[in-house]
Amino acid sequence: MLDSTPSTVADRVALKINPAKTCQPVGAVYAALGVHGCLPHSHGSQGCCAYHRSHLTRHFKEPVMASTSSFTEGSSVFGGMANLTQAFSTIFEMYDPDIVAVHTTCLSEVIGDDIPTIISKAREEGRIPEGKVVVHCNTPSFVGSHVTGFSAMVKGFVKYLSESTGTPSTAINILPGWVEPSDMTEIKRLVAAFGLPMTMLPDTSSVLDAPATGEHAFFPKGGTTLPEIKAMGDARATLSLGTWASLDAATLLETTCGVPFQDLDLPIGLAATDRFIESLRGLAGVEVPAQIEDERGRLVDVISDMHQYLSGRKVAIYGDPDHVIALTEFCRDMDMLPVHVLTGSVGNAFETRIKDILADSVPDANVKAQGDLFLLHQWIKNEPVDLLLGTTYGKFIGRAEDIPLVRVGWPILDRVGHSYFPTVGYLGSLRLAVEIISAIQERQDRDAPDHAFELVL
Amino acid sequence: MRKIAIYGKGGIGKSTTTQNTVAGLAEWGKKVMVVGCDPKADSTRLLLGGLAQKTVLDTLRDEGEDVELDEILKPGYAKTACVESGGPEPGVGCAGRGIITSINMLEQLGAYTPDLDYTFYDVLGDVVCGGFAMPIRDGKAEEIYIVVSGEMMAMYAANNICKGIVKFAQSGKVRLGGLICNSRKCDNEKELIEALAAKLGTQMIHFVPRDNVVQHAELNRKTVIEYAPTAAQADEYRTLARKIDANKMFVIPTPLTMEDLEELLVKYGLAA
Repeated sequence: MLDSTPSTVADRVALKINPAKTCQPVGAVYAALGVHGCLPHSHGSQGCCAYHRSHLTRHFKEPVMASTSSFTEGSSVFGGMANLTQAFSTIFEMYDPDIVAVHTTCLSEVIGDDIPTIISKAREEGRIPEGKVVVHCNTPSFVGSHVTGFSAMVKGFVKYLSESTGTPSTAINILPGWVEPSDMTEIKRLVAAFGLPMTMLPDTSSVLDAPATGEHAFFPKGGTTLPEIKAMGDARATLSLGTWASLDAATLLETTCGVPFQDLDLPIGLAATDRFIESLRGLAGVEVPAQIEDERGRLVDVISDMHQYLSGRKVAIYGDPDHVIALTEFCRDMDMLPVHVLTGSVGNAFETRIKDILADSVPDANVKAQGDLFLLHQWIKNEPVDLLLGTTYGKFIGRAEDIPLVRVGWPILDRVGHSYFPTVGYLGSLRLAVEIISAIQERQDRDAPDHAFELVL
Repeated sequence: MRKIAIYGKGGIGKSTTTQNTVAGLAEWGKKVMVVGCDPKADSTRLLLGGLAQKTVLDTLRDEGEDVELDEILKPGYAKTACVESGGPEPGVGCAGRGIITSINMLEQLGAYTPDLDYTFYDVLGDVVCGGFAMPIRDGKAEEIYIVVSGEMMAMYAANNICKGIVKFAQSGKVRLGGLICNSRKCDNEKELIEALAAKLGTQMIHFVPRDNVVQHAELNRKTVIEYAPTAAQADEYRTLARKIDANKMFVIPTPLTMEDLEELLVKYGLAA
């Protein structure tokens, strides 16, 4: 299938092959779905919205609701104001959300539609009922990636809604980054174990992992509520998880509401979870609960017991920067060798950080931001690996090179489970470690000649 | 059919010059269509006797994509066919996309009939984005005339437009037919524009003197040829029309550097 990928890496300037990223708005839609009673609205042509909805559905196996301005030839010439104001009327009449989260598309960005002006005009015309909220963010896909769009939407909620009343609360804010509903549930469990009151934005748990009840809820029961987002301005601290997905909103909360933040990695793996737990301990002023200490101990136990299967195994890690950074550190800490590390998103800081993590163990690792899977494949041809760690898109490389793939990150389009079982925290990291070990053992069994085919591994 | 686009700095007199030249050709018996490519939709006012035209894009907006040709193509002075592309209000939407949309629509609707001798595109000011280059893309206008005067910024714009022509000329048939000097009574204006034309590798096809009758005709919503057919200015436009009709000099221009352009201005502008 990818038999023609050449092993010689040539400089490419204006060509991406098998990109490792997608459009900004898909991230904006995902973030908006984590707000309760929120309808994501795509200001552009219908195709954008259809693609983003179906892509999210393919990952979560859940319906994804979003509306569109349905641009025509005329709207692209005259501007999208008429379509968006009409959309507000229709949306509130038909679907009655508490909040509409508008994001732009390439088309509306290029023609330069001014969304705040359109929103205020719609409000003047009475198209947005009293008490209903409309927020927006700009998501041109010729800039950044889907992670940029996620970050922009989270920042948009904070910008429009969070307020400082001058009376600080005891609560903390958690910006979980682009993680699964299962991860959000797990992060909430860990925070609650410290007795810390908190607001998480966004929170897609009980939205994109909603149970089958026999009834379809257009707006599922989960999601951060409007009063919660408003009160984030009074929180005493923000934990920003994942620099690419969360830091912008955390920074805005600090500059506009005076809420200090800590910029942390996604808590995937031993060291990153340690840092997250240490932050929680500091904020709560209590000892780490015994139950969490035990969870840590189990993770340490498993990766120690199984060290022989992990040590020295070469791994290629690719996907979104926040995930890849945490995964690279975790693999390093399990004595694996991340020899190829790549993201499709922008950021020199990514390369610096990965090189820093691998400085002692794999100093000559291939590391690239704004890369693509074609390049990753070429790297692998030149230096084969034992394992691929990343999104579904890597399965073609896995088939071409006969390398097992452990699916982690976004999107995972060909398996289930990711939205129900976390990869964050000690428990989530344990699950991930088990998947990695199983993939390696499965491969060992498959390749073993009869005389070396062992009952006990 | 000759396919001609008129470019030039905003306010230089493109629409006036175009319509008077078209009137000259039409009076002479040529069958001409004028396509206004300016959101202001004032490119056919003198031929139609007022802003009577419903634009292509207004029609598209009001009636959807099912547009009939006779809704947007109006007969004007001496059987000219007049179309206004139109566009959005200032500050919203995308006027460039509007031009692309309306020219595509004219093609789909069969506006370019075989009996036409000429199609003129009157295009807004600078070629600010891809949409405004639509009339000179492959298969559209093949001859460009740039309206210019002896004023610095008009010449600067003309030079800039030449850069755009070079880009499209390499892949298509578009060529520069010449500069039309619409006099502002600058010092040494004729010599200056002739020198600019020479540097660009083209010709000054005609020097249109300044005459107040143009203003009077405009106030009466008419071309000079219709309003004052015996005026000397009417003959100037007739001459321009004949020169364009007889023109054989079509070149890929050689734009000047900013330094060369300024040197030219100093040499002629200060020599008076």
